[in-house]
Amino acid sequence: MNKRLIDLQHISKSFDGQMVLDDLNLYIRENEFLTLLGPSGCGKTTTLRIIGGFEMPDTGNVIFDGKDIANLPPNERQLNTVFQKYALFPHMSIAENIAFGLKIRKKSKTYIADKIRYALKLVNLDGFEKRTVDSLSGGQQQRIAIARAIVNEPKVLLLDEPLGALDLKLRQDMQYELIRLKNELGITFIYVTHDQEEALTMSDTIVVMNQGYIQQIGTPEDIYNEPTNAFVADFIGESNIINGTMLHDRLVRILDVNFPCVDVGFGNNTPVDVVIRPEDVELTAPESGMLQGDVTSLIFKGVHWEIDVLANGYEWLVHTTQMHPVGSHVGICVDPFNIQIMNKPESNDEKAVESDA
Amino acid sequence: MRNLKRQLLAGPYILWMAGFILLPTVMILYYAFTTTSGNFSLLNISSIAFSVHLKSLVLSLQLAFICTVICLVLSYPVAMILNNIKSKSQGLLVFIFILPMWMNFMLRILAWRMLLSNNGVINSLLGTLGLPGLDILNTPKAVVFCMVYDFLPFMILPIYNAMARIQPDIIEAAKDLGAGRITVFFKIILPLTMSGVISGIIMVFVPALTSFAISDLLGGGKVLLIGNVIEQAFMQEYNWNLGSGLSVVLMVFVIASMALMNSHGDGEGGSFT
Repeated sequence: MNKRLIDLQHISKSFDGQMVLDDLNLYIRENEFLTLLGPSGCGKTTTLRIIGGFEMPDTGNVIFDGKDIANLPPNERQLNTVFQKYALFPHMSIAENIAFGLKIRKKSKTYIADKIRYALKLVNLDGFEKRTVDSLSGGQQQRIAIARAIVNEPKVLLLDEPLGALDLKLRQDMQYELIRLKNELGITFIYVTHDQEEALTMSDTIVVMNQGYIQQIGTPEDIYNEPTNAFVADFIGESNIINGTMLHDRLVRILDVNFPCVDVGFGNNTPVDVVIRPEDVELTAPESGMLQGDVTSLIFKGVHWEIDVLANGYEWLVHTTQMHPVGSHVGICVDPFNIQIMNKPESNDEKAVESDA
Repeated sequence: MRNLKRQLLAGPYILWMAGFILLPTVMILYYAFTTTSGNFSLLNISSIAFSVHLKSLVLSLQLAFICTVICLVLSYPVAMILNNIKSKSQGLLVFIFILPMWMNFMLRILAWRMLLSNNGVINSLLGTLGLPGLDILNTPKAVVFCMVYDFLPFMILPIYNAMARIQPDIIEAAKDLGAGRITVFFKIILPLTMSGVISGIIMVFVPALTSFAISDLLGGGKVLLIGNVIEQAFMQEYNWNLGSGLSVVLMVFVIASMALMNSHGDGEGGSFT
């Protein structure tokens, strides 16, 4: 495993008496693509700004490469930021924008010229040196912002929702671009987003945050398949989150039906949250289902059908490639491996979000 | 058809412009290039070379320049401070700074005459404190002083506006790339507020150069600016031809100074013309 490059220890931060981060602990390994993911107001941007030096934590240490940099201004930190709204300098040409950091470091003219050419090639904008900022599209400006940051050879690149202002197609292209860049440059990326798909596509590690607390840290697979609480399950992809009772090891009772599962160690007759992903719900003939219900809604989504099934008083969300017309009577089956059991939330920030806004 | 109707809306303004801007300019040019008997002559223009006229033109340029420099030096920090106040009181503070603009121009000048006079508020205050009196009334100093007071908001506002338009993340991006405070100021803030500075310079320098009321009331007849000379030519000597001739010369200086400043503004938004 790579060594720890950044270590955030007991970071707290409040604005106007409002707690934004509360005793946050997090480390980032060298060469990692780490994503801070969460709804707006969860503290992910504040965490990034503390790493970047734009905010000072009220308490706690920011250890960078063995040294505490919590009180160092941004211009003395070995990292660079790509801002959400690009923040290119409007009075400078593209070449001058990219050269800005290098000129401050007093690099030679030939070195700077080489670096500009290299960076523009890297972001697929060769020959843009003389262009003005105004003449570039949003996607192009974002690439220049990335080029401007990486020519300084930072150890860490911070990205604050860099794709937020781009349209869907461009956003998807840029996701692959960023993965390619990360692999070519071999530097650490810390990425902030509220878009779970972006996080799942690009990250080595995802940190799910809510209301100033870290909810779960893990690989995209861990986060998606084994969410630790209802908030994570609900925020990452769509889920059926149902109240259940763990009767004993490997058997859970949901909606008055007993489901075999693979989870152990929750005790006997314990109330739990049960998470079943919509693609894991199998629709069968009524008589072979574990429970039966009626299709109430049917929406075509391209790769699959999104079907709502009302069964035993719960509206199940189902993704399937098989069409079942509204009103048809169906059976529901779930493979024991696809049932995820979680303890009931102990605090407010672990609850599922009210709406998927 | 609708287009025509819309163009008709500009009618009243075009009439106004023709009657009160174009026509007087043509008349001034006519008087400037003719003698009292109506013959063509360059005498009115060349009379700027008379030592009295030349002296007052040079003095006008000097005082306007000094006034502009003082305004610029005072305004830039003020605009920065106003811009850095990120609270509800920001709007109120900006309002206070431009409040003098809402008072009558003549009233402000007369108020300064009272304040600066030998028995005025300022001198009696200095006297009570045992400090030497301020004897600047009826000198160019008093004229510059009042010019600065009158024209300061015209410098603060455009600079403040230009500064307020700078996105905070642009400053953060510069710091992120390694720029310290001084570099941020000279490479980012100053270039991005240049358009405001140029607008401010024009808006202070031009009225300062052409003013005559301030020197009239605070100069005590001893500070003769080119504006005063022109006023006298019209109002006392009834020599419209001479007055117009000198006006045209002054106009050339005004247009030249504006052109000079605009050529430095590389077309960025805030030009005055």
